[in-house]
Amino acid sequence: MIYEASPVAIGVFVGFVVFVLWVSFYFARRTRDAKGYFAAGGQIHWFVNGIAFAGDYLSAASFLGIAGMIAFYGYDGFLYSIGFLAGWVVALFVVAEPLKRLGKYTLSDALDAAFNSKGIQLTAGISALVVSVCYLIPQMVGAGALVTPLLGMPHYVGVLIVGVIVIVIVATAGMTSTTYVQFLKGGLLIIFSTILAISLLNQGMAVNEEHPSAHKLITLDATIGADGTVIAVADASYEIISQRQQGKVQLVRLQQDEIQTWWSVSSSEGSAVELQEALSRTTTAGGTLLYNGAPRSEQRFFQVGSLANLIVDGEEVGSLEHTDPFQFLAAIQQSNVTRFIPVSFEDDGESITVWYQTVTPGERLMRPGVRFKLDEGSTLLSKLDFVSLMMALFLGTAALPHILIRYYTVRRPRDARKSTVVAITTIGFFYILTLFLGMGAMVNGVLDVESSNMSAPLLAQNFGVILFACISALAFATVLGTVSGLIVASCGAVVHDLMHHFMGMNLSEKSQVRNGKIVAAVVGGIAILLGIVFKDINVSFLVGLAFAVAASANLPSIVMLLFWKQTTAKGITASILAGIVSSLGLILFSPMMWDIYGLDAANAPIPLENPGIISIPLSFVVLVVASLATQPDRTPVAVAPVSAEMIAE
Amino acid sequence: MQHKPAPDLGTDAASGFKTRIGLILFAIYGLIYVGFVLINTFSPQTMGQIVLAGLNLAVVYGFGLIILAIVMGLIYSVICSRAEDRLNPPEEK
Repeated sequence: MIYEASPVAIGVFVGFVVFVLWVSFYFARRTRDAKGYFAAGGQIHWFVNGIAFAGDYLSAASFLGIAGMIAFYGYDGFLYSIGFLAGWVVALFVVAEPLKRLGKYTLSDALDAAFNSKGIQLTAGISALVVSVCYLIPQMVGAGALVTPLLGMPHYVGVLIVGVIVIVIVATAGMTSTTYVQFLKGGLLIIFSTILAISLLNQGMAVNEEHPSAHKLITLDATIGADGTVIAVADASYEIISQRQQGKVQLVRLQQDEIQTWWSVSSSEGSAVELQEALSRTTTAGGTLLYNGAPRSEQRFFQVGSLANLIVDGEEVGSLEHTDPFQFLAAIQQSNVTRFIPVSFEDDGESITVWYQTVTPGERLMRPGVRFKLDEGSTLLSKLDFVSLMMALFLGTAALPHILIRYYTVRRPRDARKSTVVAITTIGFFYILTLFLGMGAMVNGVLDVESSNMSAPLLAQNFGVILFACISALAFATVLGTVSGLIVASCGAVVHDLMHHFMGMNLSEKSQVRNGKIVAAVVGGIAILLGIVFKDINVSFLVGLAFAVAASANLPSIVMLLFWKQTTAKGITASILAGIVSSLGLILFSPMMWDIYGLDAANAPIPLENPGIISIPLSFVVLVVASLATQPDRTPVAVAPVSAEMIAE
Repeated sequence: MQHKPAPDLGTDAASGFKTRIGLILFAIYGLIYVGFVLINTFSPQTMGQIVLAGLNLAVVYGFGLIILAIVMGLIYSVICSRAEDRLNPPEEK
């Protein structure tokens, strides 16, 4: 482990989590009936609700995943921020108001008001459940990633802790508590991220040699022979063990004091070359895991990410302190950044991953194309994949069940709108910060090459252990809050939509709440399992997939119900089913899943990572075709006036 | 049916107007967003051009999309609330 668990960090962390639980239990005593349990009785103040909206939305993915993706790939990670925020435009302008006007508070209820169809009750309930579970996965992965460095526990323990705490919160309290927990958490997240960003700008940045805390990268002088292989290292304490050409990079394995490390050969001038320090993780034939040639506990693995040179306003300098936001970004744009790129191979019976240094121009990192293949080496397919992602992010927000449900927790439409504007403002501000936090992590020597998800907390650690503990505790609470919101939404889907409406079970309020709690435990258990399976995947990427599923399953139904009066119950049922099946199907056969199954990702039957561009239009088409084919079906009486006006315009 | 908390809003004479405003604002934002995605997709180099205060188009357009969403949200909220006051009879409380 490259970061130590500190007692202060653990103390602050545990204190914060206990506080959150206390708030939950405190408000739990006020929540007795089913109405209070599921939507907080429609009594929450709009400002509180707005910040809680932000608390719901700024999940582990926003905080951990985006900052991490920016820290590893530059601007490409920021595209998630833009897409996530743009999605609110669809939610506010197109969907929220008309849905609230229907007087309903789950998608299923709204659809039901128009059609009273068993098919819709079933499919809408299933879709809310499926989307919630998809969105739960990245939250659980994020939880595991946080607990590993903070408490020194394995990933699965982190996932288990979150799962159990959340099940307890939801089973005892329900929505009222989560609204106040979300309010608290959303507010604190903004405050601490701002503190972190200000600290970052105040500290500024420096080239590797002059950086106060970053690991100083070592280079060794060496000589190559006529065939290009390294024949001698100037420092005689190093012995050459082996070398290999791995793609474009030439790697050398050296030994010093019984410790073996990997180095990359920089471009040569004549026979003189420089060997640059790399990071390596070796699994020996006996199954032992070595980090830079020694067990993890010896801490030979170091944190990376630094500036190869720093150019401010066209002049090369050693460091830049007390900078402003514009100068900060402009300086990175002009400078060069040392990043560590992984390659994996088998060598002498050992399974090895080496992260070698590469210098990337800031100009390249400040525009799209490092992670997403858009210019060099791009294909039509890789461009389509990118468009597919941006489409899912834009259309997904409005279709998330745990976001829409909060629109109904205030009394009047104007308060719901005000809540949403508060939410958009808060979230937008936060997303602007992500670019600074991510870029700051990239150049301040804090990155753990094994976990992009940890970049933001590790940046905080650079400014002291207290800030690190606070940010980690907040991120953990972020996960708790989002997960509890999602589980409440799942409970709503199962208890209202499936049991109460579809199966026609006439449940008393008391038994509705009791069933909700049982569902909470089951969904929580599923989330724990999936959180462990997906542990190595960047959480933003996983959220992107959840958005694609949500947009495919729900958005066509919501939009067409509101704006196309020929929509029929069968059309909606077919569309929801088509959306779920196609988006999940495309994901299950995608390169990411092939990797998780242990197969070669290049052989995946579906070459797209993001399914949205196929599954969203498909779901719309299915709705239209099925509706036209079933015209004698009931027309949506409840929304007819809106539709009629729209068409008259 | 005790679990349906959303209050009965009665008839809202402003609903058609609000829906239209929402769709117009959505169309404007949607076009600007599509423009952003298309430039990124087909000409990522363009996004690297410096346009303002040493910042490139990618950063300026990206920040712009975020700020525009906030501003349009505010505009929508104000317009809708005014329309409700203008078109609906005063609330009885």
